[in-house]
This record gives sequence, C-alpha cells and structure tokens, in this order.
Amino acid sequence: MFRGYHAVFITLFAVACSKLEPAAPAEDSLLDGPVEGLSNEEHLRFLRGDVAFNDEVFHADNGLGPVFVATRCGSCHAGDGPGHPSTTLTRFGQSDANGNTYLDQGGPQVQHRAVPGVAPEVLPDNAPSARFLPPLNTGLGFLDAVSDADLLAWADEHDADGDGISGRPNWVERKTYSPLRADAVEQAGQVIGRFGRKGAVYDLLQQTANAYNQDIGVVSQFEPIDPYTHEEQDPEIAAATVHDVVFYLRTLKAPIQRDKDNPDVIAGEAVFHTIGCGNCHRAELRTGPSPIAALAHRDFRPFTDLLLHDMGPGLDDGYTEGSASSAEWRTPALWGLGLFPDSQGGTYFLLHDGRAHSIAEAIDLHGGEGQAARDAYQALPASDRDKLLRFLQSL
Amino acid sequence: MKHALALLFALCVGAAAAQIDSTLLVSPPAPDSTRTPALNMDAVYNRPFLTFDKIPVSLGGYVEAKVQHLGTDGVNDGTSFALQRMTLFVASSIHRRIKFLSEIELEEGGKEIAIEFAALDLEFHPLLNLRGGIVMNPIGAFNQNHDGPKWEFNDRPLMAVRMLPATWSNVGFGVFGKRSSGPWTFGYEAYLTNGFDASIIGNSEDRTSLPAAKRNAERFTESSNGMPLTTAKVAVRHQRFGEIGISTMGGVYNQFQVDGLVLDKRRRVDVIAIDVNTGIKPWGTSLIGEWAWVMVDVPATYTQQYGSAQRGGFLDIVQPLYKGTILGFADAVLNLAVRGEYVDWNVGTFRETNTRIGDEVWAIAPAISFRPVPGTVLRLNYRHERAVDVLGNPPSVTGGLQFGISSYF
Ligand code: HEC
Ligand code: HEC
Repeated sequence: MFRGYHAVFITLFAVACSKLEPAAPAEDSLLDGPVEGLSNEEHLRFLRGDVAFNDEVFHADNGLGPVFVATRCGSCHAGDGPGHPSTTLTRFGQSDANGNTYLDQGGPQVQHRAVPGVAPEVLPDNAPSARFLPPLNTGLGFLDAVSDADLLAWADEHDADGDGISGRPNWVERKTYSPLRADAVEQAGQVIGRFGRKGAVYDLLQQTANAYNQDIGVVSQFEPIDPYTHEEQDPEIAAATVHDVVFYLRTLKAPIQRDKDNPDVIAGEAVFHTIGCGNCHRAELRTGPSPIAALAHRDFRPFTDLLLHDMGPGLDDGYTEGSASSAEWRTPALWGLGLFPDSQGGTYFLLHDGRAHSIAEAIDLHGGEGQAARDAYQALPASDRDKLLRFLQSL
Repeated sequence: MKHALALLFALCVGAAAAQIDSTLLVSPPAPDSTRTPALNMDAVYNRPFLTFDKIPVSLGGYVEAKVQHLGTDGVNDGTSFALQRMTLFVASSIHRRIKFLSEIELEEGGKEIAIEFAALDLEFHPLLNLRGGIVMNPIGAFNQNHDGPKWEFNDRPLMAVRMLPATWSNVGFGVFGKRSSGPWTFGYEAYLTNGFDASIIGNSEDRTSLPAAKRNAERFTESSNGMPLTTAKVAVRHQRFGEIGISTMGGVYNQFQVDGLVLDKRRRVDVIAIDVNTGIKPWGTSLIGEWAWVMVDVPATYTQQYGSAQRGGFLDIVQPLYKGTILGFADAVLNLAVRGEYVDWNVGTFRETNTRIGDEVWAIAPAISFRPVPGTVLRLNYRHERAVDVLGNPPSVTGGLQFGISSYF
C-alpha cells in the first residue's frame, strides 16, 4: 500500500523533472519576432515597440476610450497574427469613391464598446457598413518598401491583357504627418494606399496613429480628435511611442515557409500559378531602398500584388474606402496562412470579415475577377486540389 | 535507481506530520478562545513569537527568499535571486482578553511596505470577539494563513494571490468566535471593511483582477465609494478529518456617484471560496486545497477581455518521507510534495462566436522540502506552467527549478 502510493509521487516527480525547461517553438512555427539582420540598436527599438504594441494596456485611467473597440494593439493582433471575430471592427458611411458621408455621425468606425458609465456608439440605421477582421501584421516592412512604380507596373485597370483581372491601386489622400515616400508616384495630389483590407492607408504611421485613435480611443499629436467628443485633445500617447510601434511593425519578420521541399508542396505551388491564383496573389516581390538595412533590396514571397480587385457581389458589403469600389478588396498576402489558427483560437477565420472557416471555403467565395481562378480550382482533380491546399498550408 | 527507490520507500515508514506543527512553536499570545484546537482563522496567533519577561510585547516574523531559473517558450531570464518578503510581527497583550497584533510586510527588498494586519481583539465571550483595525479578510484560508514557512513551495498559489488578492487586508471591524465540543471545533468570522475599486476591471493585466485594487493604498484611509465590503466565513474542524471552511466576500466596487451625482449603476463583486485542510492519517499525508469563484458585474458594453466570472484553486499534497535526526537536527522532516493549480481568469463564451473564452493557467509543482525544525523550511520545486491567452491559442509554457528558504524568527 505504501509502495504504490509513494511510487506515484516519485514517478510524478521524475516525469516533471525530465523536461526541465520548455524548449523554444521552431522559428518557422511562429509569426512574431524580428527580421534577421537588425543591429543591436534596432533590436532595442524593436523591443520598445513590442512592449507598446503587446503589453501596454489602456484603461479608463490612462487614456482608453471613453469609446473604443479594444484595450491594446496585441489583443486584436495576437502573436502578430490575424484576428478573431471578437476583435472585428465595423466601418460605415461610404458606399462609393465620393467619400464618407457619415463623418458627422461617428464615421468611419463604430466604437461599440465603452468604459463603464459611458454609452458606446451604435451603427446608424441604413448606413452602408462592413466588418473588418484584423489581418496579420508580420512582414509589413517588406510590403512597405515595395516601390510605387512596381505597383503601377502590375496594375491593369482596364484589363488590357484580357485575362479578366484588372488590379488597380487605391488612390488616397495623404495625411500631412505621413512623409511622402522617396519614390512616390502621385496622381491629382493623391497617393497610393497599400495597408488595410481596402488598401486605403498610405503608410504604417497612418495605420498606427489611426489604430490608437479609432480602435483604442487614444489620441496622439498625429490624430488628436477624440472619437467620443469629436474635439481635439492633448496627446494620450507620446509621439516617440507611436514611432517605436511603427518601427516594430516594419521590422517584424516575414513568415517562414515550412515543408518547402515537400514534393506535394512544390506541385501545389505549380497548380497555384497554373490556375491563375498568382495573378493577384503575386509570389515574388522586391523591396527598394530602405533606411533599415535588413529590409533594403530584398526578394520576398508574400503572395500579394497590393492592388484592388473586384471580388464580385458575394464579397460586396456596400461599404468602401478611398477610391475603391465596394466590391473591391486589396489582395491579402497569403504568407503565414498555415499558422493563422494559432492566433485565431484554433480555427480559421478568413476573408475580410472572417466569414470563411477554411482555406477551401475562402477560395470558393472568390467571385468577380477571382471567378475564373475559383472555377479552375473547383475543376481540379481532387489530388491537385489537395496539393494546392498543402502548399497554402505550408506558407 | 532501484536502490534509491527502495531507500525512499524505507524512509516513508517513519512518516509523520508534514506541514508546520504549531504545537511545537514558542507559544504565541493566544486569546483564550484559541485554547480550543486551531483553525485557519487562528493563523495570526499561530506563530512563534519572541516574548519578553518584563514588557508585555512579543516580536516575531519570517523571511522568505528564493533563487530560480525559469524559462518560457525557450527564453529564460537566467538565474535570479529574490528576497520575496520579510515580515515582522508585533503583538501585545494589553489585558488577558484584549490583544493587539500586527504584521508588517516588506516585499521585494523593501520596495513595498504594507501593514497586512494591525488589529485590536477584544474578547467578550469565546463566541463573541470584536476585532478592529487593519484585518485580513477571511476569504479562503490562504489569505490569513499565508506565512512562507508554513508552505512547501516557493511560490504562493496563483489562485490565492492573483485571483483572490492575498494578502488582502483592509481597515474595518468585525466579530469572530469559536467553540469546541468533543472532536468538533466550529469557528466563524464576519467583517465590514473598505473594499475594491474600479481598477478590478481596468488595469494593466488586461483582465478582471481583484489584486489590482491592492495598488490603491488609499483604501486604508478612505473607502473608494462609501460601500463596505462584507466578508464572512464559517469553518468546522474534526480532530480526525480536518478542517473545511466556506467563505464569501462581496460589495459594490465602482464609484457609482460623486458629490451626489450619479455616474453609473452600482456594480458588485462577489467571491465564494471553499478551503479544506485534511490528511491521510496512517500515511501522515496532508492535503490542503482551496477553490474559489469570483463574480463581477462587468458592463455588457465593456470589453470581453474583462471576464464577469473567474474560478480557480490549488491542491497541495505533502508526504513526509522521513522524520527523525537529519544532519544533527533531532526533529527534522523530509517531505515530498506536489501542488496542482488552475485558474480560469475569464469564464464564459464569446458573444460573437459562442465559443469558450480562454485566458487560463495550469501549473504543477513537485517539491522536496526539508524542515530541520518545524518553523524553517528549505524547499526545492520544479515548476511547469501552461498559460493560454483569451482566444485559446497554443499555450505559453514556463518551467524550471526554484530553490528557497523560509523561516520564522
Ligand atoms: C479592435 C481591434 C484592433 C486593435 C485594437 C488594433 N487593430 Fe490593427 N487592425 C484591426 C483590423 C480589423 C484591421 C484591418 C483594418 C482594415 O483593413 O482597414 C487592422 C489593421 C492593421 C494593420 C494593417 C495590416 C495590413 O496588412 O494592412 C496594422 C499595421 C495594424 N492594424 C496595426 C495596429 C496597431 C499598431 C495597433 C495598436 C495601436 C492596432 N493595430 C490595434 C484591428 C485592430
Ligand atoms: C482577382 C484576384 C484574385 C485571384 C485570381 C485569387 N485571389 Fe485569393 N483573394 C483575393 C482577394 C482580393 C481576397 C480578399 C477578399 C476578401 O477579403 O473578402 C482574397 C482572399 C484569399 C484568401 C483568404 C486570405 C485571408 O487572409 O483571408 C485565400 C486563402 C485566397 N485568396 C487564395 C486564393 C487562391 C488559392 C486562389 C486561386 C484559386 C486565389 N486566391 C485567387 C484576390 C484574388
């Protein structure tokens, strides 16, 4: 009797001690972490941004809201991956390229949460709206460093090549605080947007200042109008912190492909290009010059052309931003796709509002310019379809 | 290996009492009612004290220090030493039935100084004592019975310190009493004190956190909203089977009005806890556990990051392997112990997906402890902890060794 009892104790002890400290997960299984080749100084700045992005929690006493959607960047971008339906944003008030007509009614974003004692915002009746699921944040520095000229070279607004695909950039107004890119191409005083699901955001500074303001209710010198009072307020966050977060976003590593040499994965990528997925989800991109050496003149494989495509009536929610139509969405990068569930609570939430629960379902919902590729995908023999999915999972 | 196991088995035969045996301590200034067997509520008296013959004051205290090497997901912060806390007790018998007791804690090398307990006890009858001052709210057992040397683990239970906010003390008044009959002892406590504030749902933890309210030291001079926190506990002990306690604590936490102007509705926080302290007599094993539920009225329009319910607990199993002379200490005890613990910081489901909200932590800590004398413990723990974020993504895993000492002085 004694023996059995003590044996349990001793076994427990031995088993527990055998694996003393947990091993690091493989680098290619994580979305977060810095790009390789940063200097020590850059590491320090990355860490400062990391803390501000992931650990700095806003609450009623340090600037949260009073109306808001979440309390810190990291709660919507867990592990720098894509988000979950509990972290979606609702935008409203614009149905065509003529601008947002609901700015006086709290547009363009609903702050549907509020600190205790304050009433949150509600979506005005009949306002055109769409829900946006947070996209992944990794590798953004690479996308940021692609030249405007490249984007314009890939654009084919009037489908001159007759392949049914007519990508075009989203021409947007530049915020005065966003510096013009060195190689910027302007058109009628407008610049090319490349961030956000509609591609309506010019650079990572605008994205970050806007996120603090609209998502967390924290005003900065860049975006000083409080979304609750609609009045200008003193900054609730230092400009230096906003810049550190921008630096962090820029220097997040690009997701690393797994099983690269697996024959099915290689065959799957060939299928991907054959059926035309790669016409929008462009594999090979190259960065131009960058003040961050690790980002300058690099080839990388994000699987996006950063352009807008009309995805058909199924994905048309009636809401838009910038000069995009409501059916147009910026091609999302597909890198990191296989790791999405690790930041989405174990399941897939794909497409702009997370309506697709698997990769296959996301493909099935492609319409408009994506229709031909979708039809080709659906016509594939099962084994090719499996290889394609295998490839997408490896990203 | 075989020999080592055989030796361990052999050692077990001499098994005896595991956790600190209060009867071996220098006698503290006990109120008359504590002549009955000790319950968790007696922990404040159940400590060794220095007594002076000429003056009616006794002094005591304990110290707790550790060194650890822990890693999380392959990243470790190296070896780190910590003086977790040094606590001083000052007690005085003003009269046979009027006592003063205090506990002043210096945490993290003196960075935090807290009066954890400073109360005057007045006995009218063993079943009716009045206590006033800074009291430890009797929620669960650990909050009152938290002295480092009493435990076989270097860390305090997560549930006790990070869910219930041990050590949680407040200014207030209350009554307590105790009665024994045959093998049974019954005790109760009930206090009205200052309480929580709105930081429990707005803090840097980004989750409902009762301990967040501890940062507000003003609670020792003024209530945050004028609404007292009620804490009450009943406990019974049977000589053979041990002790079980049930306690509740609750009150309004938010500042619902200022200068007579209404700002919000009154929002409550409520806690229910069950604590058990028992053993397997023939083996000398002791089992100490606690489980608690926290319920908070979080506005529906606030973020789901802050849960309206939490639950969690711990169970310590302590098995004496050997009792006798070790290294010249005649009453030394060598224990093998294990602690299992769990906290769900956010019980519920997401409104958007109707799936379970994560934000949970599990830990297991096997330990060896050596008590040369009952009031001094050297302990070696291995700790393995898994924490899941609010969305339920793959856990971050922490593990490593901790070695520490704790002793009354
Ligand atoms: C409430 C959830 C939420 C919070 C909080 C939040 N985000 Fe986002 N984030 C989103 C959503 C949703 C999008 C997509 C918006 C869009 O497409 O226009 C997004 C988009 C982004 C993008 C663009 C990514 C891309 O691929 O185009 C970046 C960068 C970003 N967020 C950074 C931040 C930073 C920095 C913070 C903190 C200051 C933050 N986010 C806070 C939800 C959130
Ligand atoms: C016409 C351009 C185009 C083509 C061709 C195209 N896609 Fe897409 N794809 C998009 C756009 C735009 C979206 C985003 C739509 C949305 O968010 O509603 C998208 C979304 C996706 C997503 C979801 C990504 C996410 O993060 O939610 C996957 C997966 C995907 N595409 C795979 C494919 C595959 C595989 C093919 C080939 C069968 C393909 N796409 C062809 C433009 C295209």
